Amino acid sequence: MHLPLLSLVTFLPLLGALVLLLVRGTPDGAPRASSDTARWIALWTSVVVWLLSVVLWLSYDPSVAGFQFQQRVDWMPALGISFHLGLDGISLLFVLLATTLTPIAILASWRLIDSRVRDYMLAILLLETTLIGVFAALDFVVFYVFYEATLIPASLLIGVWGGPKRVFASLKFFLFTFGGSLFMLIALIAMWQIAGTTDIPTLLATHFTPHAQGWMFLCLVLAFGVKLPIFPLHGWLSDAYAEAPAPATALIAGVLSKAGAYGFLRFAISMLPDASHRAAPWMIGLGIVAVIYAAAVALAQTDMKRMIAYSSFSHMGLVLVGLFTLNAAGVAGAVFQMLSHGIIIAGLFLAIAMLTSRVGTGEIAGFGGVAHRMPRLATLAMLFAMANIGLPGTGAFVGELLVMIGAIQVGFWVALLSGMSMILGAVYMLVLYRRVMFGAAKSALGVLRDLTGPELAVLAPLALITLWMGIYPSSFTRVFDPGVRVLAQMEHDSQHAPQQAMLPGLSEAAR
Amino acid sequence: MIGASSLFTVAVFAPLFGAIIAGLFGAGLFGPSIGDRGARAVSVGLMVLATVCGLGALSGALSQGSPTLAVPVSDWIQAGGFRAPWTLRFDMLSVEMVAMVTLVSTLIHIYSIGYMSHETNPVSRFFAYLSLFTFAMLMLVSSDNLIQLFFGWEGVGLASYLLIGYWYDRPSANAAAIKAFVVNRVADLFFMVGIALLFALFGTVSYDNIFALVPDHQAAMYHLFGTDMRAYEVIGVLLFIGAMGKSAQLFFHTWLPDAMEGPTPVSALIHAATMVTAGVFLLARMSPLIEFAPVTKDLVVLIGASTCFFAATVGLVQPDIKRTIAYSTCSQLGYMFMACGVGVYQAGMFHLTTHAFFKALLFLGAGSVIHALHDEQDMFKMGGLARKLPVTCAVMWIGSLALAGIPPFAGWWSKDAIIDATFIAGTGPGYYGWLLGSLTAFLTALYSGRLLFLVFHGKPRDAQLAEHAHESGPVILGPLVVLAIGAAFAGAAFAPWFIGGRQAGFWNGAIFTAPGNAVLASLEQVPVLITLVPTVLALLGAATSYYAYVAKPELPARLATQYGSLYRFLLNKWYFDELYDRIFVRPYEAIARLFWHVGEEDIAEGVPDGIGRLTSGGSMQLVRVQTGSIAVYAFTMLIGLVVLISTFLVFR
Repeated sequence: MHLPLLSLVTFLPLLGALVLLLVRGTPDGAPRASSDTARWIALWTSVVVWLLSVVLWLSYDPSVAGFQFQQRVDWMPALGISFHLGLDGISLLFVLLATTLTPIAILASWRLIDSRVRDYMLAILLLETTLIGVFAALDFVVFYVFYEATLIPASLLIGVWGGPKRVFASLKFFLFTFGGSLFMLIALIAMWQIAGTTDIPTLLATHFTPHAQGWMFLCLVLAFGVKLPIFPLHGWLSDAYAEAPAPATALIAGVLSKAGAYGFLRFAISMLPDASHRAAPWMIGLGIVAVIYAAAVALAQTDMKRMIAYSSFSHMGLVLVGLFTLNAAGVAGAVFQMLSHGIIIAGLFLAIAMLTSRVGTGEIAGFGGVAHRMPRLATLAMLFAMANIGLPGTGAFVGELLVMIGAIQVGFWVALLSGMSMILGAVYMLVLYRRVMFGAAKSALGVLRDLTGPELAVLAPLALITLWMGIYPSSFTRVFDPGVRVLAQMEHDSQHAPQQAMLPGLSEAAR
Repeated sequence: MIGASSLFTVAVFAPLFGAIIAGLFGAGLFGPSIGDRGARAVSVGLMVLATVCGLGALSGALSQGSPTLAVPVSDWIQAGGFRAPWTLRFDMLSVEMVAMVTLVSTLIHIYSIGYMSHETNPVSRFFAYLSLFTFAMLMLVSSDNLIQLFFGWEGVGLASYLLIGYWYDRPSANAAAIKAFVVNRVADLFFMVGIALLFALFGTVSYDNIFALVPDHQAAMYHLFGTDMRAYEVIGVLLFIGAMGKSAQLFFHTWLPDAMEGPTPVSALIHAATMVTAGVFLLARMSPLIEFAPVTKDLVVLIGASTCFFAATVGLVQPDIKRTIAYSTCSQLGYMFMACGVGVYQAGMFHLTTHAFFKALLFLGAGSVIHALHDEQDMFKMGGLARKLPVTCAVMWIGSLALAGIPPFAGWWSKDAIIDATFIAGTGPGYYGWLLGSLTAFLTALYSGRLLFLVFHGKPRDAQLAEHAHESGPVILGPLVVLAIGAAFAGAAFAPWFIGGRQAGFWNGAIFTAPGNAVLASLEQVPVLITLVPTVLALLGAATSYYAYVAKPELPARLATQYGSLYRFLLNKWYFDELYDRIFVRPYEAIARLFWHVGEEDIAEGVPDGIGRLTSGGSMQLVRVQTGSIAVYAFTMLIGLVVLISTFLVFR
């Protein structure tokens, strides 16, 4: 490995951002074209990053255990802290998710954003670097720094380019996440105290006492629970998702929220197996509450973006359930669900933005009969809606199925209740689709132009990936499955559970 | 043998290409357009190809003694110890279904060319949906594992949602489409949990592996509701709930009559050959497991018999021609389930096949009537149309005689076998099924006669409507005639293969019969008097309908006023919709609003917002996220880093 490929992928967006600094910002009101340089720089940067990340994907060898593409530079050697990057099958796919969604978000911003374009693109590229860094970090301090750093571009994107309540939404988003991160800091320091290093591979091999695990676990739940979010730490979510400009929402809901789930997997579940086992019923309970509660709230929404925001919350509940089944199928399902959800939710938010930008409102009541005027959008939106419902043939189904396979091994009611998303998701999605797309065309909507070529270029790749993930998921599962199995086996061993008791409630009578 | 299985593969996938081509290029949404006519031609052409291949595969299978083969297509889901590949299963159960589905579907495609010719908008979308639906159904029946079956299962759900809501301008069509999807999804959740439980028990979802392991886990118990139940029963009931949803059995039936909002060819496709029979197919497919779940089988008989009777009573009073036929579908599906419940899946599949012919015929015939009357569906505005629509009338007679179970038409063969089987089974639920099944034979003939006499005979009730009626063209009548031939002769022709002397060789293990289950074998030993009961009742029903709607046409109205409450009870479908609205729909909407306003606005968002306002107060004003605020963020970040690094230094 001569080329420091992973560092390149991580920091190329930062380089692009620095280049953007050299470009002169254009004042508000300047002709659109004067900002095109900034747009093109951002797009090209992100496309090159994407290509490099695809190279990572193709050259990753799933049969080799452990982290690959590792790079390590001493940082504070005396403290056991180093700048350590590397990927396993799970984090690799999240990096790929980030690098895939970024160029699409940039393309979606092309016409949507026309004030302070240079700064906007700068923020997007910074967000990409920090997101990739979060998933690639192999040192807890590096992870923490990247995790915190995501806040700056994300809050700016909400606060500067967002909707009418943007300042409030941005502050709330910042304070919630920042508050949660303080607890991560405590957990980090505690781990470092015990292990003497913050190197993730070393921490993974360290055994913490059950008592210490309990406290650290609680801290991590507060830290990552805000991001995921876990009920009831979601107070920031609907405002942030609804107020942010759609491309930023796509990145926040699509990738950033996964950083929380990834944190659970990497730190809580992998490093604190005893505490995870003890807390699993509670975490699953919270996940189920989120699934049902958020789906119900989604139905009551009057704004399209907020409805999808709650839908995202509901699906992340399912991810939580999958993670804390602590078995191979459930965790694999959660990981897959995160990936497919990232793509689908981005598609939904961007499709909605294409509609709202034409009409000027996101109020559901203002729409009707859009399918008459915009058949292309209606077709793609139907695909994303059905994917969000978890129809087989789309990526979401694979995730939901595996989560359910994992959930039944925990208990019948866990499977049935977490599966409620199948019904409740269908209710709010179909109601939304009917109110917006179907019915007689409202004359108040005026002439709606169907999707343009560039807009298709935004949605079509997401649609194709959604189908790909549903029809041939092996391209992705192949990469992360070995890692998930090792993890599940570790969990299993840590409990010294008898091999046979795989299904509670199930017993074979003596024959 | 290679030949038959590759024909089979082509038959399954041809409609998919039809759907993609018609959908993407028909209206030129995403690029070049082949035009509406081109889309229709491609879609129908590929369906014809599928039918030829489907029938070829069937004859190949017959000539080779019904072999069981697996046709691997590709990897699919493989993660976390779970595996489900894309594989087609070639055995008599799937081959027979593929041949029947492609044949009926092709006829419906052709018919649709005529039926949709008056549409002002392009109809390529319609043909794309029809082909998509057919593909999903074919995937369902040709699946080699339960997950792939579920793919088809949900696929037909999606396509039916799209087809029912095809005229998306109409609020009623949209509502019906959503209802169909959601009601099915409720059942599907249980189905999915059942599949998960089955995987947990067997460690596999592919049929061959499950069936091989069935004898090993017979004693497995599952702890649920505080007691230990046999795991097979729990799985069986969960799968059956899934089947109830798709096959519109009692408690899950409410979506089916509303689904009549779709164009008539859709009703024929969904209610005849395909979607609604998926539940019956599922039980037949899983017969090696269901056979060892006796409690589930009893439940199947009870639900099937109750649905059979319930739907017939409702069908008796509906004024709408399509709804009458829809309820009859519901009722006939009840018969099929009864057959499965007493362990004669063969008879269930037999009735499924004959029913496909005569029910598709009835729906398409009704469509021809509706077409002729410019979208009038109220039978009480029709009458005396026999002379205006002679061919339609003739085929509707054949279809109705088949439905009513009058010998020698197709329905008689299969329905009689089922009713006899329930008697032979000799169990409590079996006798319950026999009783309601026989009563329903009377009701079926009665409402079938009612339909015929109201629509085609007597004097026209709306002279103007009758005046402008005209017989449909050959594109519509052609499929009707083909289906009529099936409705007339399919029973006699198929009986020896499906349930008669040749059945063992025909199915060749595709349907499993438990060693102690001799119901099918003893069908011939039913006492003659008993076998005559349903036929006699059917003839009586037909005679009653003649008396009530031709000889004494004022009688029904008098009865309706005399027994007003009973009439309204039936007319309002036993008030199921109202009940569900009260106990599910409205409470859920109220809960959703409550969660939003109280849970979200007051608590989850309200409390943090309140705290924020209290603590920051005026300082909130200062922190405007404007140009200077980047500094604020950077500053906060810096503080975090300083805290971090100083902690490390302190604790060092």
